[in-house]
Amino acid sequence: MSVAPYLVAGWICVIGIYGIVTSRNLIHLALCLTVTQSSTYILLLAIGYVKGGGPPIFKGVKLGTTAVDPVVQSLTLTDIVVSVTVLALILALALNVHKEADTINPDEIGELSG
Amino acid sequence: MTRRIRIAMFVPALAVLGGLLAWSLVAIPKFGDYRGPYGYVLNRVVVPERHMSNVVTSVVFDYRGFDTMGEEFILFIAVTGIVLLLRKQERDDAGELGDEIGSPGVRIAGTLAVGVSVLVALWLIAFGFVTPGGGFQGGAALASSVLLVFLVASWRSWSGLANDKVLDPLEGIGAGGYVVVGLVALVDGLPFLTNLLGPGKTGTLVSGGSATFVNWCAGIEVAAALLVLFSEFLEEYIVPLARGGGTT
Repeated sequence: MSVAPYLVAGWICVIGIYGIVTSRNLIHLALCLTVTQSSTYILLLAIGYVKGGGPPIFKGVKLGTTAVDPVVQSLTLTDIVVSVTVLALILALALNVHKEADTINPDEIGELSG
Repeated sequence: MTRRIRIAMFVPALAVLGGLLAWSLVAIPKFGDYRGPYGYVLNRVVVPERHMSNVVTSVVFDYRGFDTMGEEFILFIAVTGIVLLLRKQERDDAGELGDEIGSPGVRIAGTLAVGVSVLVALWLIAFGFVTPGGGFQGGAALASSVLLVFLVASWRSWSGLANDKVLDPLEGIGAGGYVVVGLVALVDGLPFLTNLLGPGKTGTLVSGGSATFVNWCAGIEVAAALLVLFSEFLEEYIVPLARGGGTT
């Protein structure tokens, strides 16, 4: 199955978007956004995989040993940490919406008011 | 916009997206058949050139250090936004909560676990350029180990450690220190964030050269940012509980 990781990434992306579109709860919506975002990690890591490659860390490993792409790994690891704080920001906004509108169902919030 | 309209708009969009995804699968290289030059080049040159044995961390804090500075500021701004949304002007006192953990076994074993996990977190940051780890992973581990204080002791012990008086300066030092290390290179007439002290000695605490400081700044920034986040959300939950006289 040489395309399986890409199919998984595509599926996770689509199922997350489906969750966002059909969501009845802002917290659920924020988590679905995180699911969609996670598909990019799988895609990046899948693209960087070298058949038979080890981790790109050469402590006690001979230089020149086959290793996977370190660039996609560094992109993924920084983004995981950043995405947690961005998710928290969205949840803080959801808390404020609940205080103002007394609901976190996006369909019941109605028009945006300042 | 009603639910029905939203779903009606979603279906055609999904069909287009599905088509594009299927199209991309036709030409994409097989899994494991990596073509890009960067991975091969970096895995060859990083150890001889920069004396760092963890190539991932060398990319994060040295080769792409400028990009990571941007990522760090996203973190900083997101946490600033959370503080603006959630922090109250006058801090409520949640002292009457009565949530101290009664079991001495949990308290003692838990306190030991805090010590061990803080040590592991600091080790992850310190040896980021040698073995798996680095400022981002170590910072997240450090924040989690401090959060353990809340779980094994009480809200009062936690908020004594993780409050805005401690965390706000640390967050500033983490974000600002990164930029300062970058600017020092400019003073020397070199490009921003040039690794001045490098290359260090492979396999040691200073194998990162001046990127070692950048790594520590990122570790402090990530740990402080996550702790601010935990403390703001916990306060949002705890303070109403304390007012209601309830226990956790």
